[in-house]
Amino acid sequence: MNVASGIVFQVLQSVLVVLIAPLMLGWVNQCRAWLQNRSGAGIWQPYKVLNKLFHKDAVLAYNASPLFRCTPYILFGCMWLAVGIVPVLATDLPFAPAADVIALVGLFALARVFISLAGMDVGTSFGTLGARREMMIGFLAEPALLMALFTASLISHSTSLPTIVDALGHRQFVIYPSMAFAAIAFLMVLLAENARIPIDNPSTHLELTMIHEAMILEYSARHLALIEWAASLKLTAYITIGIAMFLPWGIARAGDWFGLLIALAALVAKLALAGAGLALLETLSAKMRIFRAPEFLGTAFLLATLGMLTHFLLEV
Amino acid sequence: MQPIEAAVTLSVIWIGLGALGLAFARTPRAIVDILFPAGAAVALALALAGLWAMSAPVSTAILPAGLPDLPFHVRLDPLSGFFLLLLGGVSFGISLFSSGYFREHVQGLGLLCVQYHVFLASMAFVLIADDAYLFMVAWESMALSSYFLVTTEHRSEQNRKAGFIYLLIAHLGAISILLSFGVLHGGHGDYTFDALRRAELSGFWATAAFLLAFFGFGAKAGMVPLHVWLPEAHPAAPSPVSALMSGVMLKTAIYGMVRVIYDLIGGIRWEWGLTVLLFGAATSLFGVLFALMQHDLKRLLAYHSVENIGIILIGIGLSMVFIGSGHPVAGALGLIAGLYHTLNHAVFKGLLFLGAGAILKSTGLRNLNEMGGLIRYMPHAALYFLVGALAISALPPLNGFVSEWLTFQASLQAYLLESSVVRSIVPIVAAVLALSGALTGMCFVKVYGIAFLGQHRHQITVRPRDAGGWERAGMLWLALGCLALGLLPVFVIGQLNHVSQMLIKSGLPEAAMASGWLWLAPTASAQASYSPIVFLLVIASVFALTFLLVRQIYHGRLRRSDPWDCGFPEQTSRMEDTADGFGQPIRQIFAPVYLIHREIPRPDDPRPVFRQEVEDRHWRWMYLPIARFAEFLSGHVGKLQQGRISVYLLYSFVTLIALLVFAQ
Repeated sequence: MNVASGIVFQVLQSVLVVLIAPLMLGWVNQCRAWLQNRSGAGIWQPYKVLNKLFHKDAVLAYNASPLFRCTPYILFGCMWLAVGIVPVLATDLPFAPAADVIALVGLFALARVFISLAGMDVGTSFGTLGARREMMIGFLAEPALLMALFTASLISHSTSLPTIVDALGHRQFVIYPSMAFAAIAFLMVLLAENARIPIDNPSTHLELTMIHEAMILEYSARHLALIEWAASLKLTAYITIGIAMFLPWGIARAGDWFGLLIALAALVAKLALAGAGLALLETLSAKMRIFRAPEFLGTAFLLATLGMLTHFLLEV
Repeated sequence: MQPIEAAVTLSVIWIGLGALGLAFARTPRAIVDILFPAGAAVALALALAGLWAMSAPVSTAILPAGLPDLPFHVRLDPLSGFFLLLLGGVSFGISLFSSGYFREHVQGLGLLCVQYHVFLASMAFVLIADDAYLFMVAWESMALSSYFLVTTEHRSEQNRKAGFIYLLIAHLGAISILLSFGVLHGGHGDYTFDALRRAELSGFWATAAFLLAFFGFGAKAGMVPLHVWLPEAHPAAPSPVSALMSGVMLKTAIYGMVRVIYDLIGGIRWEWGLTVLLFGAATSLFGVLFALMQHDLKRLLAYHSVENIGIILIGIGLSMVFIGSGHPVAGALGLIAGLYHTLNHAVFKGLLFLGAGAILKSTGLRNLNEMGGLIRYMPHAALYFLVGALAISALPPLNGFVSEWLTFQASLQAYLLESSVVRSIVPIVAAVLALSGALTGMCFVKVYGIAFLGQHRHQITVRPRDAGGWERAGMLWLALGCLALGLLPVFVIGQLNHVSQMLIKSGLPEAAMASGWLWLAPTASAQASYSPIVFLLVIASVFALTFLLVRQIYHGRLRRSDPWDCGFPEQTSRMEDTADGFGQPIRQIFAPVYLIHREIPRPDDPRPVFRQEVEDRHWRWMYLPIARFAEFLSGHVGKLQQGRISVYLLYSFVTLIALLVFAQ
């Protein structure tokens, strides 16, 4: 595949993922509604919400600084880059070398720091409360995520995602016990970082238990729409990273156009399955107290580190 | 002209500028308008000389100074050149800032100018010294001049105490370094570094020299458990001086460590590397955990210096482990990561201390709990501080991230190691590094959110002014440094490769440089790559695109109103989180680490005040017992002093008898 078609493909993938990310959220919500015996709002509901929000006039607090107004765009940019470099369909993306897994974790951290700062900008009680809690979740989730990704890196001797996918998905099939630890840790981080049950409840209306929602209380209209969209992008990015690391089969190799069709079908199936799984997990568990969250994430961190140690002790 | 001549001349000019400071003591305007900017110009020239020396052949000279028969030797090689670049580059910004900052500091400005420039010059001499003699002389003048700078505000009891602790630990370190040179010297009578390099040491003595040097330089660098002077001395010193001490002086200790261990001792063993690695990991985690508990901005930054020294030591320790087990290429990667972080920390910590100085000057505040909303009064300082805060939190695409990324890459080379124990320690250290990086992010969200965002927490009588022109210029320089070092890592690594080639005769593989200036790929591009420029460009273009598209398709209408806050009618600044409140989850999670003194108000108190101080446990278990023991000993020795001549005559008499009896 030459450079021009590579870039076309890169742009196609990014645009496609950005457009279907709200659908992913709609699908998770719909599955959850079915599991809870409700009829649900339909899988297109997130698009309707976004459209409504974009139409509204933005309301900004008097003392909001430029940082507050820039943050939604920065957040959206970060998440777009994240979904752009994860090998979703094929492993030969021209932008993929711009950031390996460590930089990807750094990218999520950048987004988190900006949204927390924006939460503190207006100076309301809930905003700072949310920012504090978000950073508390973040500082535990970030190293756990990094360690889970390192396990895969150590197996493939590379931190670049396409190489990891190549090594795990396209070579001889081997069962790595360390990847089991990493997968569990990754799942726990995914739940925490995307403000899902049991850490946070995305549909909560009780201010005192909010984490993510408390931070963005002051946002409205297009700013809120971008933040919500970025949140759905983040969920999609996490799920596709998980797919790339733990279920890489089906992702096309470089220059294989027929493989791409298979990859697309595999991707849709995997995403649908992951969304349904997430909904099931959220239906089965209850939200935990905020001070149980460190235990939850500490477990994830330990599991991920154990995974790395297992790799060195058993697999080398 | 050779680089070494340029470096010596420039350092001497610095001393000369200091001396002029005394001459102009009556005209403080001349000092801030001429001498400090001139010092900045010298710093820039020195940085260029350092850059030149990094790719030039090694140059040496003998100075016509020192004792008769014992002249000073100086030498400029890539390692010294790199650190001169750091010293010059960072102190350029700090001197510019000082020129604005000291404008209102009228009393004793002449003296301050002397101490400041002598401090700079002695750091330069530490970096170019080529014998143990000049090295120790420069090292001591660096310690003394900075001691006087720390106690500039000597009327406050606390500052005098801080200065004393600093001087004490600086001298403990200096003794240890001196002993290390003594061991290295091995009784040949020549203290030039060349002779020390040639000396063949047995295994035991080499390890002794390593340990002495490691703890001696570690004391200056702020390694746990010898870090206690940092959080005392940095808040006491004027802010530009804190920036110099934290940004540059700590780095001379890293220089000394690398110089002695890699160059003078040589023959690195992996056990040494493991020691450095473990101390580094402990230092970084400890530093950030204590930083999170602070509400004094400068104290908080001081604890972050401890943390960053830990990260640098992790890089160097990894490099030593790899070199000691016979993997010089991975060792080069670790060394480059450590040195890169040294430079990065100098730039962003200098910037953050200058930002703290700007806040202190315009509001008189150091306590975060009393700040708030400063972004609305000091937009420039707020912007530069944000750059520094993002850089220290190791967020891409700024510079802190690059060096942490390299350190992670070095730790991922652990599969090369044969010993399975070491191989499993390295990932644990990587986990500690990841944890402390994430905690740093939390800490700087706290600092920035509490100080610059939100509402005011105190009654404003005077509207805080933004930093002035000189101050802005200094901060802008360092902020641009954060950006440049973050965006163009390939150039920096190309230069650092010279240092690594000189020290360990091995650099990064050719493949690392092959992928061009845009892509940073330290081992091979299939293994790991990172391109900060593409990274930034994508985010910036998505930012612009979204901004335009939203306006094009929908609209850009905006209304201002009161904050919503779920409809709560009243929002005072007391309802915001404070710095102590923000650290509360950490306090709860890591409770056993801290020793906390708290004053909690009664529920019916009309003006409730919450106070909290976190004590460093090292005082209790290490320093106080030693102090008590020293006091006990000196109390007993003191009994010898009776103050009566007859007693002293008796001592002489007894000594004489003893000599007659025993010394046949």
